[in-house]
Amino acid sequence: MAKLIYDKGGRLIFTKEMKKDYTILLPMMAPIQFKMIQNVFLHYGYNAVLLDTSGPEIAQAGLKYVHNDTCYPALLVIGQFIDALQSGKYDLNRTALMITQTGGGCRASNYIHLLRKALVKAGFEKIPVISLNLSGLEKNSGFSLTLPMLRRIIASLVYGDTLMLLHNQVKPYEVNQGESQKLVEYYTEKLSNGFNKGMGIKAKQISQNLDEIAKAFSEIIVVKTPKVKVGVVGEIYVKYARLGNNDLESFLANEGCEVCVPGIMGFSLFKVDNRLEDIKLYGGSKIKYRIVKILMDYLTKMETMMIASTAKYGFTPPGEYAHTKTLVKDVIGYGSKMGEGWLLTAEMLELTETGYENIVCTQPFGCLPNHICGKGMIRKIKSIDERANIVAIDYDPGAPRVNQENRIKLMLAVAKERLTSQPKTEKTHKKLEHSSEKRTNKEVVGA
Amino acid sequence: MKIGLDVGSTTIKCVVLSEKNEILYNTYERHFSQITSKIAEILSSVRENVPGADKAAVAISGSAGMGVAETCGIDFIQEVYATKVAAATFIPGTDVIIELGGEDAKILFLSGGMEVRMNGTCAGGTGAFIDQMATLLNVPLEELNDLAASYEKTYTIASRCGVFAKTDIQPLLNQGARKADIAESIFLAVVTQTIAGLAQGRKIEGKVVYLGGPLTFMEQLRKRFDKVLGISGICPENSLYYVAAGAALCAESSVEFDEIIQKVENYRGDGSFAYNPPLFESKEEYDTFKARHAKVTVKRGELAGYKGNVYIGMDAGSTTVKTVVLGEENELLYSQYQSNSGNPVPIIKSFLEKIYEINPNVKIAAGAVTGYGEEIIKNAFKVDFGIVETVAHFTAAKKFMPDVQFVIDIGGQDIKCFKIHNGAIDNIFLNEACSSGCGSFLQTFANALSYPIEKFSQIGLFAKHPVDLGSRCTVFMNSSVKQAQKYGATIEDISAGLSISVVKNALYKVIRAGSPDELGRKIVVQGGTFLNDAVLRAFEKEMGAEVVRPEISGLMGAFGASLYAKENSKGKSTMIGKSELESFEHKITVANCGLCENNCRLTINTFAGGGKFIGGNRCERPVTHRANDNSLNIYNYKLNLLKSYMKSEGSRGKIGIPLGLNMFELLPFWNSFFTSLDFGIEASPVSDSKLYQRGHQTIPSDTVCFPAKLMHGHVQSLIDSEIKTIFYPCLSYNLDEDLGDNHYNCPVVAYYPEVISANMPDVQKITFIKEYLGIHRKKDFPIKAYEALSKYFSDITLKEVKKAAKAAYAEYEAYMAKIRAKGDEIIAKAEKDGKQIFVLAGRPYHIDPEINHGIDTLIGSFGVAIISEDVISPRVKRFKTTVLNQWTYHSRLYAAAKYIGTRKDMNLVQLVSFGCGVDAITTDEVREILEKNGKIYTQIKIDEITNLGAVKIRIRSLLAAIAAQK
Repeated sequence: MAKLIYDKGGRLIFTKEMKKDYTILLPMMAPIQFKMIQNVFLHYGYNAVLLDTSGPEIAQAGLKYVHNDTCYPALLVIGQFIDALQSGKYDLNRTALMITQTGGGCRASNYIHLLRKALVKAGFEKIPVISLNLSGLEKNSGFSLTLPMLRRIIASLVYGDTLMLLHNQVKPYEVNQGESQKLVEYYTEKLSNGFNKGMGIKAKQISQNLDEIAKAFSEIIVVKTPKVKVGVVGEIYVKYARLGNNDLESFLANEGCEVCVPGIMGFSLFKVDNRLEDIKLYGGSKIKYRIVKILMDYLTKMETMMIASTAKYGFTPPGEYAHTKTLVKDVIGYGSKMGEGWLLTAEMLELTETGYENIVCTQPFGCLPNHICGKGMIRKIKSIDERANIVAIDYDPGAPRVNQENRIKLMLAVAKERLTSQPKTEKTHKKLEHSSEKRTNKEVVGA
Repeated sequence: MKIGLDVGSTTIKCVVLSEKNEILYNTYERHFSQITSKIAEILSSVRENVPGADKAAVAISGSAGMGVAETCGIDFIQEVYATKVAAATFIPGTDVIIELGGEDAKILFLSGGMEVRMNGTCAGGTGAFIDQMATLLNVPLEELNDLAASYEKTYTIASRCGVFAKTDIQPLLNQGARKADIAESIFLAVVTQTIAGLAQGRKIEGKVVYLGGPLTFMEQLRKRFDKVLGISGICPENSLYYVAAGAALCAESSVEFDEIIQKVENYRGDGSFAYNPPLFESKEEYDTFKARHAKVTVKRGELAGYKGNVYIGMDAGSTTVKTVVLGEENELLYSQYQSNSGNPVPIIKSFLEKIYEINPNVKIAAGAVTGYGEEIIKNAFKVDFGIVETVAHFTAAKKFMPDVQFVIDIGGQDIKCFKIHNGAIDNIFLNEACSSGCGSFLQTFANALSYPIEKFSQIGLFAKHPVDLGSRCTVFMNSSVKQAQKYGATIEDISAGLSISVVKNALYKVIRAGSPDELGRKIVVQGGTFLNDAVLRAFEKEMGAEVVRPEISGLMGAFGASLYAKENSKGKSTMIGKSELESFEHKITVANCGLCENNCRLTINTFAGGGKFIGGNRCERPVTHRANDNSLNIYNYKLNLLKSYMKSEGSRGKIGIPLGLNMFELLPFWNSFFTSLDFGIEASPVSDSKLYQRGHQTIPSDTVCFPAKLMHGHVQSLIDSEIKTIFYPCLSYNLDEDLGDNHYNCPVVAYYPEVISANMPDVQKITFIKEYLGIHRKKDFPIKAYEALSKYFSDITLKEVKKAAKAAYAEYEAYMAKIRAKGDEIIAKAEKDGKQIFVLAGRPYHIDPEINHGIDTLIGSFGVAIISEDVISPRVKRFKTTVLNQWTYHSRLYAAAKYIGTRKDMNLVQLVSFGCGVDAITTDEVREILEKNGKIYTQIKIDEITNLGAVKIRIRSLLAAIAAQK
């Protein structure tokens, strides 16, 4: 064990000495993106391990060590850590944990503290916890998020989001099952290797890579049968993490749906943009505004490339942040920033607009921001765009899957009825038809 | 020909339709969770009864049918969708369908934009809820309907979940309310819940159809719906079979009939449900366990012919009444354990008669009563002592283990646990309204599966794979059971799983314990539920410790009471004697108090011999006919002070302000701000239940906290009183009091104006100002507020707004200073009089009487002074907390807790609104801060309705603990 050093407030520091031989456990959320981020950490000398465990014992551990009324993501993330520490797989004298910290007004900013409380309760008080944040909330001598790392992490999100999007759009239609999954794996590895050689990080290279990826996916042989198109939105953890949403994506796939899960880039843009909005709404430093604006512009540039490449090869591109934002003008204020804030409302409108009007709005039971921007806005969304067919699903350790699935099936029954009864005449659906036209040369007729 | 099956949570319905959609055959049967064999049975009889049925197309619907359908390759039709299809075929022109099922409630809007609504996972008000309530009233279901027909009055009962309703109904029963009135109130609760929870503001009108079991069988329930909705709905013939018929209509693929029957019969699930290790590996293990617990016995004696003094102990609990007779050597002479069929008075009467029958010359030296029915029994029979349950249980536990460190009692409705520190009760844990499902839950479940409870728990002892059911509320557990069955869990596995979940609920929800070390190794378990070996074993396994379960586990409250009576006896009991028992009479009348704006509904019990007991009151006023002394109650002061800011005049027009959430603190700010700008102000009135009803149908999220829900009523009442402009700004940030790392509002307080604006149709008719304002930035605020308000009032100037802002900040400071000054005054007075000071800590809006349910007055009635957290939080400098301290209101809690550590005469009671996610963090932290300084933490959870009985137990226990510490 390395020497344990504490800061003034008694927090255990992750030291330079620890960096050498400590294993750092990361919780799993969005598999593609997180896998690439893990590789970035590995490259920079952090022995990062992504926890991909599942099973009821994780929630059980969470329930045991965290206040039971705390939101489900906290129970799961902390439960996953403790379950891992108790598994015997890791040398407890050489293991650290890493968790993100946003600093927003939601309970999520407290996860790291709840984790530390839980560690003490479970007898792991000597395990250091690293906060991954952009707000300078907690510092550790053995870990720093350098600019090159940050650029690679952003690139991971760009690539990861794109791979996720393409995979979702191709997989339901592929003739040779598993082809798109193979491409995902192939590119995850290829891109990570590129990062390590300093490649695929500059804008131009990213653009080229995105083109190559989109092209590769467009070459997968597909059969275009009409399928119910479902959008998934919600609290970020239960939206992406299989552990959190009872593997919602697989369930929807089994029900024969095409799924669209808006990416992490949109959320990142939202979080950065919030700082600008705060200054606009309440006043603040102009210098700070300009610095944040640089980051905002950088992310926007990345987004533009994602849209360009995916559209070029006939896919439904991710919604453009600036456009998504205009959708909620006069619906909900831009100052509503806690949790997923107005973005959640905007994503539902955006999905409806692009043909994914059947929506599962996921949230942990009792999620505070989603009372406002999720469940609180569904009525309004329906009044704006009556195509919206939304079901709100609560996730928590006691909420049985059978009830969740039954409610989703109700939403799907309405969707399926519409799919069979309505001719595809709405203009916003054109993109889809356009894309299938482009790809007919590759389709196997009657397969 | 088409066949549809509707596999619900408790029943299976089957319909065979002809090509012309005529019903050829139908059947409705309870499945007692033996779903697969029942389906096979039904299909076999269909084949026998309907010629040609074996070539029909088949589809399955219903929440419990999903697994079977999947495995057997039969089409599955979602049940709401099936209903819709059936209605379109059989009752064309239907506008709205209201369907209540076993565990689901649904509303389908068919005309004018089709919409289907289904209850969320945390919503009661269904058939199972009505079942539970009938069980609680101890009447068969049919009788519930007949009872309701002869109602006179209704009470407010929460129907959000069965557990909540129980806590409302139990006190009513204990106070002697008429069963007929309660029955109708239950129906009213269901109706309110369905309309509020599902219609969410959409009007139910036109041709309305009632479907499903409860609405088919209960005429009174239909009448209630009609009355509330102002319509007359239809309950069609075959109203039970719409889902099944809909499934039949959707059936497309005909399947080989024999194959299906065989498949269904062989369907076992894939066993992929989560499970725990078995409770016992072997018979031997069980025998050793039994032998160990059999040793914990009590000394016995004979009541017949007993010559010495005897002491009576009575425990009138929520579901059972326990009684004991104790002799001079602490020997148990006689005892009874009976179910409380709604009214404990006749049970105690017959118990006392029985004593005289067994021993006509019995010398009763004292009696004591505890439990929910304490007060009514004490008054009815002139019992010497009434004691709080925790004290009774501790007294009894000490007899079995003098150095006991932890006592846990799981009864029918309650979980009570406490730690013993230095020989005094410390750290009381009671279950909150949402996790009450303890003993009676096992009972209800056993009944549903048609097992006697003893047998039901017994079969779980050797289950191979006890189902993991989680540790949440009973409604969830019901569904978890359903899911486990879907994957092939046996009755044995479920029985064991339920026992384990009771334990986990107690440990992780109520006590929040991680390991036995936190509780101490010396544990006494008691309460009727622990007589159940499966529960006892699950507890020992979960804690990894061996515990003591007294042989009289179920009688401990009564036993403790009798010991207390003996210790405090003055030689001759005040209890009514044999002759008075013979002429004993008990009359109940209902009346409204009318002595204050609460207007409590009172149940007045009068007993022959002059005994009188009033129930349902929140304060002592109807009993003493004296106004409450509120001189040492800051909640009362705050509310009155706030009232002085509710109205002002101005020439620029009137601005309405809804008096809820953060407005409870910011009203002085905005009042002064707008008055300075020459606007008039009108705040919505102080909340009451009528005001809540006005807006409750527009609430989009039924799990949001009650204070937020009340906001809908406030806004509606402003609109109804012709206010044209309402000001309710969004505030991400609160004022920085320099006590924490940040100064946010919680997401609900910050953005609730958005919910109001998006969900209340009438808001569109007025000007609703929900601008994002930053009162935390004093310098920028006037500029930004000017920009925002210019959009609505073109003639205001920046100069005016700057002046108004100055006035607003000054008034806010003055308001807060007044509160602190009053608080200081109360503290000084209490110090002088040697009174205990209770810091009733929560949020500014907890002074709302509709939110706090008069808990402040109730606590005050125990002769203690009450201050709020904001009085003492400025006395502490910012300090390091273990959690991120980022919300202004919550920083005050931590600071107050810290300060209390320095005072011997202060204790903290935290009010927590149900559904407050932030308090999941604050409660643990406040507890930690208090306990570091040797203080007791007490929490009271409040919601739309609160069980004041449980609050009393807490407060009395806390007072007993404080007294013992001295």
